[in-house]
Amino acid sequence: MLGIYLSALVLLPIAALTAKATSGGPGVLWREITNPEALAAIKLTLVVAVVVVALNAVFGTLIAWVLVRDEFPGKRLVNALIDLPFALPTIVAGLVLLSLYGHGSPVGVNVAFTRASVALALLFVTLPFVVRSVQPVLHELELSMEEAAASLGAGPFTVVRRIVLPSLTPAIVSGVALSFARAVGEFGSLVLITGNLPFKTEAGSVYVFAQIQNENLPAAAAVSFALLVAALVVLGALTFVSRWSSKHVR
Amino acid sequence: MSASQPATLETPSPVSVLGRGAAAGRRRGEGALAGRLTLRALALGYLALLLVAPVGMVFYRTFEHGLDAVWNAVSASNAQHAFWLSLEIAAIAVPLNTAFGIGAALLLERGRFRGRAALGVLIDLPFAISPVVVGLTLVLVYGKAGWLGGWLADNGLSVIFSVPGMVMATAVVSLPFVARETMPVLRELGTDAEQAAATLGATAWQTFWRVTLPAIRWGVVYGVVLTSARALGEFGAVSIVSGRIEGQTQTLPLYVQDRFENFDGTGAYAAAVVLALLALGTLLAMNLLTRRARERGAR
Amino acid sequence: MDRRLLAAVLTLCATGLGLGACGSSGSGSSTSLTLVAYSTPQGVFEKLIPAFQATPAGKGVSFKRSYGPSGEQSRAVTNGLHADVVNFSLAPDVERLVKAGLVPASWNHNATHGFVSDSVVVIIVRKGNPKHITSWSDLVKPGVQLLTPNPFTSGGARWNVMAAYGAARREGRTDAQAQAYLRQLFQHVVSQDSSARNALQTFLAGRGDALLDYENEAISDRKRGAAIDYVIPPDTILIQSPLAVVGKGAAASTAKKFVDYLLSPAAQTIWASNGYRPVISGVPAAHFPNPPGLFTIDSLGGWKAVTKQFFEPETGIVTKIEQSLGVSTAK
Repeated sequence: MLGIYLSALVLLPIAALTAKATSGGPGVLWREITNPEALAAIKLTLVVAVVVVALNAVFGTLIAWVLVRDEFPGKRLVNALIDLPFALPTIVAGLVLLSLYGHGSPVGVNVAFTRASVALALLFVTLPFVVRSVQPVLHELELSMEEAAASLGAGPFTVVRRIVLPSLTPAIVSGVALSFARAVGEFGSLVLITGNLPFKTEAGSVYVFAQIQNENLPAAAAVSFALLVAALVVLGALTFVSRWSSKHVR
Repeated sequence: MSASQPATLETPSPVSVLGRGAAAGRRRGEGALAGRLTLRALALGYLALLLVAPVGMVFYRTFEHGLDAVWNAVSASNAQHAFWLSLEIAAIAVPLNTAFGIGAALLLERGRFRGRAALGVLIDLPFAISPVVVGLTLVLVYGKAGWLGGWLADNGLSVIFSVPGMVMATAVVSLPFVARETMPVLRELGTDAEQAAATLGATAWQTFWRVTLPAIRWGVVYGVVLTSARALGEFGAVSIVSGRIEGQTQTLPLYVQDRFENFDGTGAYAAAVVLALLALGTLLAMNLLTRRARERGAR
Repeated sequence: MDRRLLAAVLTLCATGLGLGACGSSGSGSSTSLTLVAYSTPQGVFEKLIPAFQATPAGKGVSFKRSYGPSGEQSRAVTNGLHADVVNFSLAPDVERLVKAGLVPASWNHNATHGFVSDSVVVIIVRKGNPKHITSWSDLVKPGVQLLTPNPFTSGGARWNVMAAYGAARREGRTDAQAQAYLRQLFQHVVSQDSSARNALQTFLAGRGDALLDYENEAISDRKRGAAIDYVIPPDTILIQSPLAVVGKGAAASTAKKFVDYLLSPAAQTIWASNGYRPVISGVPAAHFPNPPGLFTIDSLGGWKAVTKQFFEPETGIVTKIEQSLGVSTAK
């Protein structure tokens, strides 16, 4: 059952993509990936994705902790808002970010059409991942451990480092992995706010879109494939880190 | 939203006060409180800038021309059709992905087989591909000239440019959530309780239903909420496989795009607000369900 | 457990497939036409379709409508999206359907050569034209920020590029000099949105000094009250938007009636009042200034040759210009 579902939705389409990408032989694949514009777009995507993911890991964990362990008026409302970046169509996200942090911004910040705008859009659309994967674990995590540690004289920093963080690591890694994957693939919210200037603000997915529209399917498939492999490497590394940490810290 | 739990760092425990002296304990208590407030300010400040301001803007833009304009926008027949179509697609894709996600999470965390890590990575992969490419690959496989398209057409099944294709595109882009949200909880949970249940003679199904599921419910809840939100909001992949026929294969996000293209800001933002409310509704419903299930369990 | 779950899943699948099948089965009827068009004329079609339904030929004909980026719509039709009538921004998008055997090769053998509406490329500027932009050469003056959509995702952007290149040629420049002008022009481009509409939205949001766009977009935008003016350069390109009937049979004959209506004086008057230049003469509402140096894509060799020369991946002139910009900004 699971296998059929996964094959129909993931394996077959990815196989189709791989077939398209490699149909011209490895030479064509390599040439498409090393095309300077493609390379610039891939590089921008990966660098921004790493920055975004790092910010997500820190702030996502923080937000989850505050939402589970802290008490303040309006907490339920804040908690309910967390998923909205997914539900809002990406074009709406792009538009409101543009009007808030673009030309004529009410807070005086103008990042529109810069590389920072790529990061901003990606931060918005990946916000829920780490928060929502850390929250359930924090719910499950027994307070008694933390209390015991505190009662034995451990300072709050030690409690967090020795007790809380190790338990949360798999969840953080899980959220980070999803954020990274989404950041690499995101398209809709970037289109409006970044200006899509080749070599400057053109992200990988936007480049891929342009190649599809231009009937250059091998290039589109090749760059998607490259991004996919990059994501694969990062996801693999994260899975490894997660398993290693849960084995060794305990 | 959960049963409120006392914050650890708030109250220095009597043992530490006795052990280290009252003054030190109080000092640490004050330090912890200040730390907690700093964390709260940081988290909320970040959320205010990145989340609350943009969402607030969407609501403001929706209602700036008054309620009548909003009502006209959401009662337009294409808007209504798009609303029901979006719900229908989510109602099919979300349960499928939930069942798949729980199954995959159990398999990945409790199973022992070769290629487990590969399977785990495979689940995340659809994410790393741009939604536009996801749509394209579905066309390559299930489209008229695709690998399976001919066979499907011979059997009278139309997938691409009709609802099944849109459900597939939606399912792909929201595939990993339930599995990814559930796995960390499963790992944190450990297998002790499940083994105990098995020792006491419970079948696998009873163990899952009575022991595992209640423990992982929050992971499942968040997974379902994220899946629903993503399923409702997806644009890129669905737009490629939908054919965008107004009043037929146009979902709410496609409708939003259509309204923007035609400079109908109120129509677009109103539809976006409807999507946001649907996502909030899902969260609320899941919370109620979970709470009721827990109360029933407690009795 | 598995059986119950399986049953539920199968039921859901069946519901999904059933709905899909129901959805597609209705499209064969002769009184229902599916129009697949590019995004820009959506507003006009919303007026043209009821007007057609009010004529004897259009009585009882219902419409399904799909609007989107021209190239994407054309590809969707080759991939199996049902269409009876198509209207795209560029003739090559119809040629793709000819190649796929969906549209007869004779589609453009009529009085209007297959076109349903005309327009020209204009320069949209801020209200009052503060930067005094009146010609193509003003666009490459220091400090001028230009918007045009991405020529690889937008049909409109291709018209813009060919207008700029053709104008340079008409002003007496050689092919090499005209290419150098294009390169200069692209150095002033500050944003390459994915579609003409997105570029317009970006311009209206306050970005840039000038925007290359369809004349009809400039006209309808001013009607909506946007704070813009527009300049028709003396040398510019005639934009011609193709229309074709897809498929054969009963639906095709109804589709043919719709096409005939769209080319009638009554329909062309509606096009003209929405900012499009009519493709037939004698339309009363049409008062469009005729730029002295108006030229067509055919005078530059036609879309087939131009696409290969300018937009081919790797070797196209515009492809190379974009790449060289990257090299210069990287330094």
